[in-house]
Amino acid sequence: MLSSSTFGDPGKMRDYHYTGPVEHRFSPYSFNGGTVLAVAGEDFAIVASDTRLSEGYSIHSRDSPKCYKLTDTTVVGCSGFHGDCLTLTKIIDARLKMYKHSNNKTMTSGAIAAMLSTILYGRRFFPYYVYNIIGGLDEHGKGAVYSFDPVGSYQRDTYKAGGSASAMLQPLLDNQIGFKNMEGVQHVPLTQEKAVQLVKDVFISAAERDVYTGDALRVCIITKEGISEQTVPLRKD
Amino acid sequence: MALQDLCKLQEVLVDRLSAGCSSEPFGTTTGCNYVSGSPFSDAGMFHFYIPAAEYLEESPIRFGQIRPVRSVGAASSPDSPALSWPPGLPLASSHCVPLPFPMAHGTTTLAFLFQGGVMVAADTRSSCSGLVACPASQKILPIHSHLVGTTSGTSADCALWKRILARELRLYQLRHGRRVSTSGAAKLLARMLHPFKGTELCVGATLCGWDGGAAGGGRDPGKNPSSVSGASLCYVCSDGTRLQGALFSVGSGSPYAYSILDQGVKWGLTVDQATAVAREAVYRATHRDAYSGNCVDVYRVSSEGWTRRTREDLKEEYYREEERRGRPSE
Repeated sequence: MLSSSTFGDPGKMRDYHYTGPVEHRFSPYSFNGGTVLAVAGEDFAIVASDTRLSEGYSIHSRDSPKCYKLTDTTVVGCSGFHGDCLTLTKIIDARLKMYKHSNNKTMTSGAIAAMLSTILYGRRFFPYYVYNIIGGLDEHGKGAVYSFDPVGSYQRDTYKAGGSASAMLQPLLDNQIGFKNMEGVQHVPLTQEKAVQLVKDVFISAAERDVYTGDALRVCIITKEGISEQTVPLRKD
Repeated sequence: MALQDLCKLQEVLVDRLSAGCSSEPFGTTTGCNYVSGSPFSDAGMFHFYIPAAEYLEESPIRFGQIRPVRSVGAASSPDSPALSWPPGLPLASSHCVPLPFPMAHGTTTLAFLFQGGVMVAADTRSSCSGLVACPASQKILPIHSHLVGTTSGTSADCALWKRILARELRLYQLRHGRRVSTSGAAKLLARMLHPFKGTELCVGATLCGWDGGAAGGGRDPGKNPSSVSGASLCYVCSDGTRLQGALFSVGSGSPYAYSILDQGVKWGLTVDQATAVAREAVYRATHRDAYSGNCVDVYRVSSEGWTRRTREDLKEEYYREEERRGRPSE
């Protein structure tokens, strides 16, 4: 278990030179890598994640997708510490069932987002080390993406990347979907086919440069017909 | 009220639906349903796991309605409300678990009083030790129709505590039939944050509101012009500071904003002039402060409530400035 206590460097090992006796405290956290991405369109939403589960220099599994289906219109992508991801998704599932039994209706994406925010903040002083992104359809049938930080701050976006390669992917999405920093371009709305192709290209690029991202890509496309999944191979090295 | 009451500290997502649900009588004047010894019966409202320490033992001062709650079965006298941990949980050391990730910090927010109410402005960049986590975050959160709060510090803390404050103010309004004044709301927020002093909770908020009804009732009318208008401004910080004033700027970009505000703010400004000053202050601060940037939000609170100006991207302003000066800005 790594004692990863340097900010902004999740999972990276310290330099190996002798600085004197060092006491290694037990750290309850570990970084298992992975990247998650979500894009919202006019009447669809896409949540995609790679399937590599790593720790330090090892790969635990090549088939561990990070998208979890919550309802027929909502998928959550969780990356970070796998133990916390599993527990958090179990808690969300339980709360969804409780809501369904008390209120006789399924939770909407916005309600799930608000609930997840309070669940995460409930552990403000011992947080879940999970970067969540919820993708789904809102009550009007339009695509919605909600991105979270590990302690529950959230907001609604059009697109968001989270996880180990997020800093590489987010600028690319800003440019291609948000048309940021481009002069004189026509802002065409994103079609579903173009969005899926963009997501695949973006993950192929991420796998090139991020060691924690690779193996395969799982894409979940949420439309009013339901959730369809595709798996695309990525670099395995 | 304070999170300690809501979550009782002992529970880690254990739903005690049966235990102690009705140990509190419901005949109190407020009819509150905070029960002792167990979280809300609709399980999981706000379970707080705090690996905490002695400074959290004291009960916070409450707002008046709630009786001190005791854990069911805990043999505690009124003098020593001890925290009792369930035996299975490990007792963490007095400082919290070191986190492997940074929180979002860094901002410029400002607010000032003028004849047309309160002018509030903030940037929209949310940064996380060098990375811009969100270029379009909202740092001015409306709490109710006549109260707006700016957020600075950790965005998760600010967002959640504003929600809690909004709920408490609404409950007060329903129970007592009148709105809490801005300084009352500031006092409530400061009291709620007090138990968490010393932890890493980081909230620096300015509450900007209009106290309606008997405007400025109780204040000496000759003292300052704002007592006639009802506009009110209070700064609350998680370290316990609570200040009332006429001009505040909070955040890493505040020194730059203060210089513009000190020069430009006068009581007699028109709404357009005040908007221009606020916008200019945020613009200059975003230019010089690395952790502030992107867009600017401007709100105004008056007797009719709060109104919002469309979010403006400051990138255009830089180019306009460049053209005006005829040379590239640094």
